[in-house]
Amino acid sequence: MSADDVTPGRRTLLKLVGAGAVGALPAARPAAAQEPAMAGMKMPAAHPPAAPLQPGYVFFNADEAVFVEAAVDTFIPADEYTPAGTELGVAVFVDRQLDSGYGRGDRMYLMGPFMEGAPEQGYQLPLTPAELIRAGILDVEAHVQAAHKTTFDALAPADRVAVLTDLQHRRIALATVPTGDFFDVLFQLVMDGFFCDPIYGGNRGKASWKMLGYPGVGDMYANKIAQYRNKPYIVEPKSIQDFA
Amino acid sequence: MANKLKPVDVVIVGAGWSGGILAKELAPTGLKVVMLERGPAQDTSPDFAAPAVHDYLKYQRRHQMVQNVSRETITFRNDVTQTALPMRQLGAFLPGTGVGGAGAHWSGLHWRWLEWEHKMYSRTVDKYGKSFVPKDMNLQDWPVSYQELEPYYDKFEKVCGVSGKAGNLKGKIVPGGNPFEGARSSEYPTPPMTSSQSMVMFEQATKELGYHPFPVPASNCSKAYVNPDGIGLGQCHYCGHCTTFGCEANAKASPHFLMMPLARKNPNFELRTLATVLKVNLDSTGRKATGVTYVDARGQELEQPADLVVLAAFVTGNTHLMLYSGIGKPFDHKTGTGVVGRSYAYQGGGGARVLTDKNTFMNPFMGSGALGTWIDDFNGDHYDFAKAGYIGGGGISAGSNSGDPMGFHPTQPGGPQWGVGWKKSMVETYQHTTGVGHQGAVMAYDANHMDLDPTYRDIYGRPLLRLTFDWQPNELRLMQAHTEVCERIARQMVGKKDAPSIASGRPHRGRFSIVPYQTTHNTGGVVFGDDPRTSALNKYCQSWDVPNVFVLGSCVFPQNAGRNPTGPVGALAFWAADAIRKKYLKQPGRLV
Repeated sequence: MSADDVTPGRRTLLKLVGAGAVGALPAARPAAAQEPAMAGMKMPAAHPPAAPLQPGYVFFNADEAVFVEAAVDTFIPADEYTPAGTELGVAVFVDRQLDSGYGRGDRMYLMGPFMEGAPEQGYQLPLTPAELIRAGILDVEAHVQAAHKTTFDALAPADRVAVLTDLQHRRIALATVPTGDFFDVLFQLVMDGFFCDPIYGGNRGKASWKMLGYPGVGDMYANKIAQYRNKPYIVEPKSIQDFA
Repeated sequence: MANKLKPVDVVIVGAGWSGGILAKELAPTGLKVVMLERGPAQDTSPDFAAPAVHDYLKYQRRHQMVQNVSRETITFRNDVTQTALPMRQLGAFLPGTGVGGAGAHWSGLHWRWLEWEHKMYSRTVDKYGKSFVPKDMNLQDWPVSYQELEPYYDKFEKVCGVSGKAGNLKGKIVPGGNPFEGARSSEYPTPPMTSSQSMVMFEQATKELGYHPFPVPASNCSKAYVNPDGIGLGQCHYCGHCTTFGCEANAKASPHFLMMPLARKNPNFELRTLATVLKVNLDSTGRKATGVTYVDARGQELEQPADLVVLAAFVTGNTHLMLYSGIGKPFDHKTGTGVVGRSYAYQGGGGARVLTDKNTFMNPFMGSGALGTWIDDFNGDHYDFAKAGYIGGGGISAGSNSGDPMGFHPTQPGGPQWGVGWKKSMVETYQHTTGVGHQGAVMAYDANHMDLDPTYRDIYGRPLLRLTFDWQPNELRLMQAHTEVCERIARQMVGKKDAPSIASGRPHRGRFSIVPYQTTHNTGGVVFGDDPRTSALNKYCQSWDVPNVFVLGSCVFPQNAGRNPTGPVGALAFWAADAIRKKYLKQPGRLV
């Protein structure tokens, strides 16, 4: 099956039922695996998912959700260490953060006049993070359409890696928003979604903490720092909700 | 038109360390003392309960306890040829807000400045000659010597229960401590913190190289302690969520539990939160403050008359209020005259990575804000300035602060930062890496200054404070040299004297950038001194121009040193409080 048979299913599904309503497709698939064609378009309820449902998106529209999921799974692919980022809730984390005060720029100085400054003067856009990501996704899709005649999520994995790498190194000039600003905000959100306490929607099952051997938020080490000096300290990690 | 409130005796602006100490010292006099804090109330209970407080996203990424720059910020440029633009989001430094201020979420490194660091000008000139000092470097002495301040350093250490090891006890050098420190009248209140693996390796390597490592003096409290005021501090949990977090154990000395409860014991003391001071009001002569104007939580503009005003609102807040209120002559970079806004300084940094073998384990999550081992061999005047080519020096250290993966997920050098192979790289590195860092002095120059921005305003309509700052050749040489020292120590730590090193840490080549977090050790703007031509305050932190205004904090430092500011900030607050209680209140007027 070609890539065209795979992701249009996810995209079409999201467009039909809305990004907010759809549940996760059963099990995150590694980038190379194929998705059964959804041409028949049965509603999700008829296919009980094998993996926990995505709670749905409140910020992303259908196109944005598909883009971000594909970006998340390219940044954080499934491998022997963890499932892909989407299955770990990283796209949900990004969605919720962009819908939060942070995404709305509640702690940013957004008064004009606006001017492009030197790199040392930092962010000078008149956009909130949410507006920046929205506009940037459209820009990236426009670029991918022009360069590859398809959408980002429909690219082969290696091409998705190439696009994100080019964005990271500012080798693509986006039309509306500065490439660096867009990539840096998106990348930080994705990383945060992978490593954050699961209470915020990402890092499901504390997967990244288990991977690294990070004990989580509840441990105290006054009596352990000498005892375990130069010895690995490995425990089952605990998150904020484990103590609630 | 502001509503005028009933007069009080003292207004304190800012509920951080300086303000808290003044409140605690002045409230028992029976005077009516009002403290105005722009941020919200907060306290260990209910705000810093573990483990919910170990929320890296909330505190480190979204900066819950830091100034909200949507209301007021600064504008920034590297030099006067540029247009300053707003710092639209937090970056290089994080001004505190709320009860406790930055004192509620600092790291806890608690120093006494060296004798040389009190007298940088005269000691440098004595040793190297006047022409050694670069023409554009405004090197100045403190108007207070180490010896004069020693009892106040001692007092503040005992209040905080600082954990450490004396290196110079009454003039006798004691092994295990800093052999370069000024003579101490007493040992530290609590013993040094427990070393991490990183610190053990650093200590051994630096000794092998002939340096003098010692434990960083830490207001993180190595054991439960009751201070002279009868307040208990808990033992540090080494929880690894210290810097930018409140402490669940009251182990990290902070004004909200060490000062505020004592001030509140006095019914004549009142703390008003969500109260932003806009201006210090002056009488028609311009030489006497009549009180302050502030905006309260309801958005009402209120005038609070007072006989004495104490500004304790950090470098940026204090300098801004002095400029906006017209106290003291503003610094004019074109003519090089004036004092308010002059002598801004910061702190340099950088370092080198240490990569260990797979059989060495760092347990990076076991950490505390000031948990570290330090050498002063390249600091103060312990090295040859002429050979080194820079004045000021810096501390070099290794430690364990936080292993929270949101902020610490290192990879192999040159390895992927995401995607295929990335997780493998992190898994191979997380337990097997640390760093050696440097923290260096920044001198004062006319080029680096603050004034009022001509274009941008805060939500109250006031012009923003404008910062003009860049690294100068002295600081660039210093940072380059100290990175090389860090690399040397890093190699020694893994027994690879001749291995190629991997310099890392914060960028120090090129221009200063407001973007990445570096440090909140900003200094200057309202400096103290013996000469009103080059200082805004006298030795008691009293305004030369408006004697019923005192200004506290690191804004008084004429230049910065290669170590953290809070030790002297607290000591000087006690020093100024003493001067106010024993001298000023008995006879208000100029103390010098």
